[in-house]
Amino acid sequence: METTKAILTPPRDAALRSPPVHPLWLRITHWLNALAALIMMFSGWRIYDASPVFPNLVIPRSLTLGGWLGGALQWHFAAMWLLTLNGGVYLALNVASGRFAAKFFPLSPRGVLRDFVAALRGHLSHADPRQYNSVQKLAYLVVIVDLVVLVLSGLAIWKSVQFPLLRELMGGYDNARVVHFCAMAVMAAFVVVHVTMVALVPRSLLTMLRGR
Amino acid sequence: MKTPDRKIATLDRAAILADARRELDMPSRRLFGKRLLTLGGLSLLTGCSITDDESVNHFLSAVSRLNDRAQAFLFDPNRLAPTYSESQLTRPFPFNAFYGIDDVPEVNGGDYRLKLSGLVTGQRVWTLPELYALPHAEQITRHICVEGWSAIGHWGGTPFAGFLRRVGADTTAKYVGFRCADDYYESIDMPTALHPQTLLTFDYDGERLPAKYGYPMKLRMPTKLGYKNPKHIVEIFVTNTYPGGYWVDQGYNWFGGS
Repeated sequence: METTKAILTPPRDAALRSPPVHPLWLRITHWLNALAALIMMFSGWRIYDASPVFPNLVIPRSLTLGGWLGGALQWHFAAMWLLTLNGGVYLALNVASGRFAAKFFPLSPRGVLRDFVAALRGHLSHADPRQYNSVQKLAYLVVIVDLVVLVLSGLAIWKSVQFPLLRELMGGYDNARVVHFCAMAVMAAFVVVHVTMVALVPRSLLTMLRGR
Repeated sequence: MKTPDRKIATLDRAAILADARRELDMPSRRLFGKRLLTLGGLSLLTGCSITDDESVNHFLSAVSRLNDRAQAFLFDPNRLAPTYSESQLTRPFPFNAFYGIDDVPEVNGGDYRLKLSGLVTGQRVWTLPELYALPHAEQITRHICVEGWSAIGHWGGTPFAGFLRRVGADTTAKYVGFRCADDYYESIDMPTALHPQTLLTFDYDGERLPAKYGYPMKLRMPTKLGYKNPKHIVEIFVTNTYPGGYWVDQGYNWFGGS
């Protein structure tokens, strides 16, 4: 018992003096992003239901935000400001601070495969929250790119006449809706896995709240 | 290969132990964490209860007005909506209104008079033959509904900018408003009214506009969503006082541009 305590105590004290695992700006942008992305998703589901891209796939009303199409559109086009402005700050600070390069790279397919197998066998370490494993790196990069695709395809739908290049890039107005929906599905899958992982390693929630 | 694995497993065990110990020390934090994690917490956001809140509605309406200004800023008066070929037409073109197809108003073309009011100095009453004699233009463009679906249609009529100038409209005014035979009403910004593709439409697919598509005329704007395109127009007015619109007054965004 004594030995365990001795091993555990010093790093904890050290942690209080050392810089936080997640800087304050990162924690703020993370939670604002979570709020904006979820509002976008729940209101987007109501908008989707007004004219489903896939007629056999309708999202239950009780899961949606906005009450009716007009309300959902108001939520969607309010949260878009939070998502894009906060997302812009997140990306700019990540690149400028060097956090992006330090946290997410290097990243190799071999590393992802190794860590993925280790995760499945329950052998993946979460001892150092400062260090993302390869699967985490990939997942976070995918969701960052996915959110960018969501914003761009959303812009192509919202302003298909004013942004012709974006519209053609998405394969036209109707196809932009398919892209937007698929990118949403990727984000929804990420949210499920992310929340599950946080439930399995609750300490990661605390570090995202307190920074340590 | 075995050794690093075992080392990782050992480290993890210690970390999990530390986690468990901390959690047991702080039951309230554990509860907080659990509540935060539940999707049930997130689902509090959903349903219509939050949208019924007065202050939330007020905030969302204010953002919608901000979005009107953002869209006016993004609107390029010279940017044309894409046009399509005859073979890309959506057939049949969908009927869509705030009522069913059986309630489409029957307008008598012989008695019909288009009324102009507000900030106009020229001719204020127009018969259909007079309107049909105006310069003619055709377009095959995409109609985009606020619901998300879209359909390509073929419209014919007279360019609205030319018509506004002909009736001596004050084109420095802010709004052009419309009153319709089906009690629909709508209003648009002046830059969109003057857009080269904004068409006072009398024909659909080479035929007189049928009742279901808005006889005797609709305003066709490929730069705006479907609900902004009024049908069965009986009066057009130019004003600086915000006129609103049938759906807009219920919460749809006023600018409604695409």
